[in-house]
This record gives sequence, structure tokens and C-alpha cells, in this order.
Amino acid sequence: MNNKPFDNKAWFFVLPVFILVAISAVIPLMTVVNYSVQDSFGNNQFFWAGTEWFTEVLNSDRFRDSLVRNLTFSAIILCIEIPLGIAVALAMPRKGIWVSVCLVLMALPLLIPWNVVGTIWLIFGRADIGLLGFTLAKMGIVFNYGQSWLQAWIIIILMDVWHWTSLVVLLCYSGLVAIPEAYYQAARIDGASRWKVFRYIQLPKMQRVLLIAILLRFMDSFMIYTEPFVLTGGGPGNTTTFLSIDLVKTAIGQFDLGPAAAMSLIYFLIVLLLSWVFYTVMTNYGMDAPEKREVES
Amino acid sequence: MNTAQAGGGSRSSRFKWLVPTLYIVFLMIPIYWLINMSLKTNTEIVTGFSLWPNNLTFDNYKVIFGDPTWYNGYINSIIYVVMNTVIAVAVALPAAYAFSRYRFLGDKHMFFWLLTNRMAPPAVFALPFFQLYSAFGLIDTHIAVALAHCLFNVPLAVWILEGFMSGVPREIDETAYIDGYSFPKFFGKIFMPLIASGIGVAAFFCFMFSWVELLIARTLTVTEAKPIAAIMTRTISATGVDWGVQAAAGALTIIPGALVIYFVRNYIAKGFALGRV
Amino acid sequence: MAQITLDQLAHSYLPNPQNDADYALKRIDYVWEDGGAYALLGPSGCGKTTLLNIISGLLTPSGGHVKFDEHNVTHLSPEQRNIAQVFQFPVIYDTMTVAENLAFPLLNRGIERSEVDKRVGEMLETLDLTAKARRRAHGLSADEKQKISLGRGLVRYDVNAILFDEPLTVIDPHMKWQLRTKLKELHEQFSHTMIYVTHDQTEALTFADKVVVMYEGEVVQIGTPEELFDEPAHTFVGYFIGSPGMNILPGGVDGSTVNVAGKQINVGKRYPKTGTNIEIGIRPEFVKLTESAASGEVGMPMTVHSVEDIGRYKIVRGDVGGHELGAVINESDSVPANPVAVFDPARINVYEDSHLVRGQI
Repeated sequence: MNNKPFDNKAWFFVLPVFILVAISAVIPLMTVVNYSVQDSFGNNQFFWAGTEWFTEVLNSDRFRDSLVRNLTFSAIILCIEIPLGIAVALAMPRKGIWVSVCLVLMALPLLIPWNVVGTIWLIFGRADIGLLGFTLAKMGIVFNYGQSWLQAWIIIILMDVWHWTSLVVLLCYSGLVAIPEAYYQAARIDGASRWKVFRYIQLPKMQRVLLIAILLRFMDSFMIYTEPFVLTGGGPGNTTTFLSIDLVKTAIGQFDLGPAAAMSLIYFLIVLLLSWVFYTVMTNYGMDAPEKREVES
Repeated sequence: MNTAQAGGGSRSSRFKWLVPTLYIVFLMIPIYWLINMSLKTNTEIVTGFSLWPNNLTFDNYKVIFGDPTWYNGYINSIIYVVMNTVIAVAVALPAAYAFSRYRFLGDKHMFFWLLTNRMAPPAVFALPFFQLYSAFGLIDTHIAVALAHCLFNVPLAVWILEGFMSGVPREIDETAYIDGYSFPKFFGKIFMPLIASGIGVAAFFCFMFSWVELLIARTLTVTEAKPIAAIMTRTISATGVDWGVQAAAGALTIIPGALVIYFVRNYIAKGFALGRV
Repeated sequence: MAQITLDQLAHSYLPNPQNDADYALKRIDYVWEDGGAYALLGPSGCGKTTLLNIISGLLTPSGGHVKFDEHNVTHLSPEQRNIAQVFQFPVIYDTMTVAENLAFPLLNRGIERSEVDKRVGEMLETLDLTAKARRRAHGLSADEKQKISLGRGLVRYDVNAILFDEPLTVIDPHMKWQLRTKLKELHEQFSHTMIYVTHDQTEALTFADKVVVMYEGEVVQIGTPEELFDEPAHTFVGYFIGSPGMNILPGGVDGSTVNVAGKQINVGKRYPKTGTNIEIGIRPEFVKLTESAASGEVGMPMTVHSVEDIGRYKIVRGDVGGHELGAVINESDSVPANPVAVFDPARINVYEDSHLVRGQI
């Protein structure tokens, strides 16, 4: 497949993207790097601080706690959303009017602004005016996610599952409909059970889209800010303070630019590193080369 | 092939439809609750608990449509989202073409570097963005938000478009040149129609991620270009939260997304499947 | 292994078929002999894949029965029918090795591990894949993948039939011939009933003992390759089989005299009194081009439009009496300046409403 001609003139096509992204990414990133190695006593006077901020951030319990919380959160939502998304995608109809109905309704939460998602669940979970909180209260369960860290976690996870599982569903579904009918026919002839069809046909064929789903869900859950901010504000206490919330508190709330910048860089590097690990593990585990797309008659 | 008993394991269960149905019900209940509340008066919301509005009222919506700071929020959001979508797709098209058709110095690194920007936490960029756009005097303009959102939308658009373009055989390009088409003419007249669905999918995802993002949009705006999502915090006033208006505002933010989904429904599922990792 | 009987079989993809046109498969009665090699030949959309899927059990026919020996299997699933099928695009289990692929159908049927290993080993030998047994099936070439799909059927010794749905579509041209030879070989070795769907006449004629030609949902002729060539039962068969296809010219017949292009040819066979829609068929191989007709021969002046040289012979195209006519001449021969076309009387076929009419000697 690798027979593309070599031509450096192609750079002209990439140039607009390069300039745009460089301005949007490199200059701000330089600012961050700049802050991360300096100290300020106000009045725009800066002093070289070396790696001081990095050491401070890495050694602070606050950062480690946020990091652990965020990793736990990402792990939990991946464990729920990926299997659930696969299950829903498997059960979806393959043709007819219901496909469109399902797709449109399922995609709906994906296009709601993130703070509105937070608001929806804020209202929904309240014991006085929300359906969920009210119903639980009626059942004798005291539901107040402003007081209980466990309940705060439950509602945030529920919200995230509500918000993002559809992305996994849509991706898996697109992978499933691309499997030629002959595979299912051959499996029936070979006497394969439903489970074996899933294990040896559907799962391998979904591998590529699953990789995308896991990467996107990991990245976005690791960067989550708006929804928990609206819903719990990081509380009760600091129990739902994820990395982004912590970072914004440090940078804008306390205006500690140095530590905030150092934290940003560490944060960014962690996302990059973990994404790379996911990518490498998943591509090495299964088939390596991206598959030649098969055409069905 | 057109076999009657199609589908993987369609024999497995007659109750298969239950899974998506239950899932959709789970998705719809909170949305229903929001709409339900937006159609109630504040008194009814606070004093009584009902599954549907007893006194149906559109007053909350009238508040929004009667107040320019409210409805301008929608206009602002839509302006910068559309600007972002147009910019992102326009610059991504030639770049994706280059990635799908040529090898060049640093192509792989460039592609990877682009994708890393999709992994950049917005929280990391919020403050530096503020300083950057302040320096250019662009704070509180639509273009500032549109450009800032390009950070994660351009890489995504390049990624999706590259996948679609790689699905178009290169022989088509060659045939067009032999037939005497100039490059711009070939790109506009032949190539673009071939990847039309890819452009639709890319535009959909750009629209989606720009429409739902709040952190950066809020940081870069003050009043003139403030997005609707940020204005919603206004409803918390001295007299407490105006739940009805907040619910109505929330309900209205769902509509543009719903319209977009409806138009691209046949392409959504294909979007990422054709994108290459 | 079994004899397969199709009894008044018909199929429509519509829920309530109204007329003939709604049927993808019109009424078919036929018996496939045990151990025979059959080809189902026809253009795309003629219903051959539908028929194959009905035999394999992937489709349930709207009417009629399928019987394996004496058992009615019409409503049985493919695994209950115990058949094997090779599809147009190679179907392999990507994540398994070649050996695991071959073991898969056996393990699904609960056969003992030692027996499975023995059979897989043998099959790897037969298919010349032993060296690649431990390789992941994903990375193999199309023809090797297609061999694996075939092998998954052959490892089950007791399959009733092996069905092929255009199995060579994605195979490189130089490998097609090899794989076809291998198929022939396997047929002789295992003598399974094999049904092979194709739209390629070369594949059909070289593979099969008997060829079933289908056209618009109907079986128009079943016969050996020779029969299809010499006496096409339908003008479609004449046209479809052979390269170039048979010449079909409007004409008439009276007793043993055939009228074509304003000439009378005595064919030596008596035809019963026939209707009005009569056509005359003659293969280009049996049209001779000469300077002038010899005595006893009937010559028709021909206007030549084109001559194609395709290696071992040349195809001459032109018309006689306003009707298109093709002729095949040897590579070394040249077309006469004012050619006269002479039909070999013994090779003339007469068609009424597109169907062959047989004359009596």
C-alpha cells in the first residue's frame, strides 16, 4: 500500500493547517513552558525558577490525589461505557426505519453543550425537583450528592455514561455494519455459537473502531471539566476534583501561574503517554496493518 | 447479497430490540425532565412534583426570546460554531489530500503532532489562549473562539477527511489530469463530490465539538460574543435560581444539535469507521 | 454425501409475489447426482446465488422442497444440513492461525481433540499449507485464504455437498488456473457433490461435468459442456456460451429446408410444422468464408465490417442480407475480397420463440 509518490511540494497543502495549529498550539504552549520555569511576585516581574514548580507539583498530595481520582474515573467509565456500547450496538437493528430513529435519538446527548449536560443532571438528581432524586427519596434513600462523596461519584459516572456511551455505540455500529454478510453465513455453516461469532468475527472486525472509541473516551474523560464542575463543583470537599478542575482552580482561582503551568505540562504529557500506551497495546495485540477495506457485492 | 435472515445472530433472541429501547429510554428521561420543567412555572416546580406540567406555560421561553442578552447568546454560539466549522474544513481539505496522496519530509511526524493537539486538555490552554488573544485585541470576538476551537477540530477534520480520501483510488486523480483538468478544477469538480459524505461527517464533528465546548469559549468572551451556554449561569440571581428559564434555555440548546444530527443521520455511523488511525 | 433433489422450487424476495416477474427464481425441478461436479452458469442477477443459498439453507424458499437423499431439509439450517460453502470473498477468522481456522468447524461440533489434530494435519497437507499452519490467517494472500475456506468444509468428511459462490472473483489471474486445478483434484479425491456458481463460462466448462445455465430466474438448459456448445436449448445459451457467441438470424423452416437471409439450405433433418417466430442459430466456428460457394453449398454474400485477430484465430464481423453475422477463421487464413458465407448444414439449429426445435432425421 505504501506506494505514494514522494513530493515535498505537498507541504504547501499542509501549510495552512500547520500555521493555524502552530499559532493555536505552539505559542500558548510556549507561554505555558515559560511560566512553568519562572516565579512572579506580581507587577509582571519574573524570576528564573528552574524545575522548582515541577518538583513542587509532582510532590504535592493535591496533584497526586487529583491524578488518582482522574485515573479511577477514566477506568470506571471505560469499564462501563465500552461493554455497554458494544452490547447496544450488537442489539441495534441493521436495516429499516428504526436504524435512523435509533441513531438520531442516541446521538442527541453528544450534541448538548457540556454545561447543559451538567445542568440537566443537576436538576435531575435534586431531591426536591429532580425525577431521580425525588424517586430515590420516595424509596427511602437519602440522596444528596452534595454531602456524600459516594453519591457524587455515582451521579457523575451516571452522567458520563448517559453523555458518552452513544459515541461508543455509533463507532461500534459503524464497525458492525461493515462486516460482509458472508462472514455470518460461513459461521453458521461452521456451526459457530453466538458467542463464537462475537469472539471471532465481530470483535476482531470492530477492533479498529474500538481503538478509536477507547482513545477518544480516555482522552475526553481524562480532560473532563465542565460537567462535574457544574454538577458538583469538585465537591463535596475535593472528592470530585479532577485534574482539569484542579488546574483551573490553581490557574484562575488562585492565579498561581507557575505551579499551574508546570501542572499543565505534566498533565499534557500524561495524556500523551497514556494515549500512546493504549494505541501501542491495542495495535500490537490484534492485527497490525490496517485492513484493506473489503467490498461487498 | 440479499439474504432474508440477515444479521449476526438474528435468531438469538426475539427480545433483542429491548436493549436499544431501554438504552434510549435511559437517554430520553433526563431530557424529558428538562423539557417538562421548562414548561412549568417556577411556583409549580418548587411547590409540587409532577411528571408533566399541570399549568402548561411558555412564559420561560418568552423570557428568552424577549431578552436580547439571552437570544444573542444563541446567535453568538451559532456564529462562532459555523465560522469554526468552515475554517477547520477549509484548511483540512488540502492537508488531508496531501497526507492521503503524497509522502513528504516529516509527514508522519506532522500527522502525529496534529493528533496530539486533539489530546490537549482545554484547561491547559484556557489561560494562555486568553493572553494570546488579548495581545491581538481579539478578546470577546467570534473569530477568537472560532480560531481557538480549531486547535482540536482541525486535527480531527484532517484525520476524518484523510480516511475518506484514502478510500478514493488514486487512478481517479491521474485520469483527471490526463483528461486535462487543472488541479483546482479537478479538486472542486471531481474530487470534492466523491468525498462529499466525508466532508459532511467532518463538518458534523467540528460542529459538535465546537458547539458543546464551554471552557475556552467562556474564557475568551466577555459580553459581545458570549455563548448561550455561558449566559445560562445568569439565572442564579439574588432571589434564587430561576429553574424554569434555565430549563428552557437548556432545552433550546438541544435543538441545533438535533437538527444537525437529523441531516447527517445516514453518515454519522460511517464517520469514524473510515477515519484511519 | 447425498443426492440433492429440488422439487418445484421457487423463490421470491417479496412477501406477496403477484406475477412471474416478482420471482427471483421460477419453478425448478432437478436432481443433482451424488458426487457430481456441477456449475451454475448465468449473468449477474439471474438467480444463481439465490438458488445456491436455498440449497445451503441460508435462504428458505417461498415454494417447493429441497431434499438431501430422502430427507426433506427445506426448513433446516445450514449447520443441520451439513454442507460447506465457499464465498465470493474469502471468509477466514482473522485472529486465528491457519490451523485453528481449519479446526474451528470440528471443535464446534464437539469432535475430540486428537481426531481434530489428525484431520487438520491431513488437510494442511492436501492444501499445501503445512508450512503456514502457525501463521495468522490474516496476512495470507487471497488464494490461500480461499483454500482455507474450502478446507474448513473438507475437514468435515461427511459434508453432503460443497457449494462455491464465484470463488475465484478476487483471485489473481495466474492463480485462478492453479486453484481450479486443485479443485478438480480434490473433487476426484473426495468425490463430494460440488455445485459451483459462476458467470464465467471458461470456469464453468472446465470445472463441471454438467452445467446448469440460468437466465432471468429460470433454468434454460442443463447439459454437458459439449451439449451446451452443439445444441443450445435456448438462444440465450447459444449467445452466452462460446466466444464469440452463436449467430442468431431471423428465418423460417419448411420441412427439411431452412430459409435464411433469402437463401434455402437443406439441413437433412425434417422439422415439424412450426410457428411464425423462427430464428436460425449457427456458431461462428461453423461459418466458412470463401471466394465462391462450391457446388452443393449455399453461399451468402457477406459485407465485412471488421476483423479481430485474437491469436489462434480471427473473428470476422459483418452482415448477410442485413443481418449481423460473425465467423471464425484460422489465423493463417485471410478474408477473401468478396467473401461468401457458407453455413455447415449439420450445425444449423432452429429456434421457435427462442427455444430449440429438434428435427428428425
